[in-house]
Amino acid sequence: MISLLCANDETDAHQALVICSFGLYSSFVTRASSFLSMSISRFRAILYTAVAIVAVAGLADATYLTVQALTGETLTCGGSPDCFRVLGSSYAKLGGMPVAMLGALAYFAVFTFATFAAFGYSRASRFLALTVGAMFLMTLWLLYGQAYLLHAYCRYCLFSAAITFLIAGLLIAVPPSQRRSGA
Amino acid sequence: MKRYLPFIIVVVVALATFGSATMLYRAKRPQVKNIPESQSVSARSDASAHIRGNPEAPVTLEEFGDFQCPPCGQFAGFAEELLREYDSRLRVVFRNFPLAAHEHAREAAVAAEAAGFQGKFWEMHDTLYREQSAWSKAPNARELFESYAGTLGLNMDQFNKDMDSEKARERVDSDHALGDSLGIKVTPTLFINKRPLESQEKNPEGLRAAINAALEEKSKSGA
Repeated sequence: MISLLCANDETDAHQALVICSFGLYSSFVTRASSFLSMSISRFRAILYTAVAIVAVAGLADATYLTVQALTGETLTCGGSPDCFRVLGSSYAKLGGMPVAMLGALAYFAVFTFATFAAFGYSRASRFLALTVGAMFLMTLWLLYGQAYLLHAYCRYCLFSAAITFLIAGLLIAVPPSQRRSGA
Repeated sequence: MKRYLPFIIVVVVALATFGSATMLYRAKRPQVKNIPESQSVSARSDASAHIRGNPEAPVTLEEFGDFQCPPCGQFAGFAEELLREYDSRLRVVFRNFPLAAHEHAREAAVAAEAAGFQGKFWEMHDTLYREQSAWSKAPNARELFESYAGTLGLNMDQFNKDMDSEKARERVDSDHALGDSLGIKVTPTLFINKRPLESQEKNPEGLRAAINAALEEKSKSGA
């Protein structure tokens, strides 16, 4: 069915591409899960669990940076080398609050939503997608700030960016629910 | 039980994060003591203290700094701004606290002291911070320090002799020992009238608020 749709497509090219990609991915997930003898819902639960575990790593990183910001260590030498240019800059605060603290809250939200999604709460997966989308955009802005505005990088911030990209990648890999894919 | 499991997991992670963050905060929070009266600038009459601004100013902003530390360089510019802003009501004191992690910091501190013997401590202080990125990465920083001394019009024979003297090193070590005894670990560490600044005061607004509070306190105690 999917291959037929791809070959004899009469809709516009963009729509076809989206439908084909979606169809091919669904087909891949179905085959992969049957190969691994697991249901799609089980596969989804595993991916959400992976997101939750990765979010804990991000939470630890952001919590460490928050503590550094609160103790004033980000503005000194002898504490965190290389990071003062980034963490001591005006871009490291948003409305007077350290960006790291917002990051810690976001990672905790991701952990919470991913945990609930892994247990089958469908609404949690929607909140998770929204939160990760916002974090992804924020991460792009922070990377731009480091590269083009500050001309300095902080390894902890780069680690956090990698975590966000990994979470986004895992979420993209989550197959749509059977109810939605069947519709 | 499965119904409550996600709630339990989330609560456990929240508590673990909060607990470890609190412990980390306590461990990292600077535990710096007040400068004792016997070590205050006013009590020391050996002229080794480096004071900028009105020597009789009611408020003293004391810095333990490292010439190779970029935040100290940023602070040096801000300190000048504060001196202009508060005029005769503020004096700034610099004490050496070269960190072991910075390869040329101690030699830079000695160069500043050597320039100080010829009355040009602050000129060398400003030059070292202005040129920080150049000498920090230089394999032989001493050559650059000598060139700065030449630019400042110092007697070069005397400068070189002072650079190698025990007297300049002793001054650096004396400041460092005082910093160690106060529990200083990072630079710049700042004091307002012998009281260390809290982490929330380590920003332009916080510093101004601390200076204003010290001025108010002085005017009350003087009244």
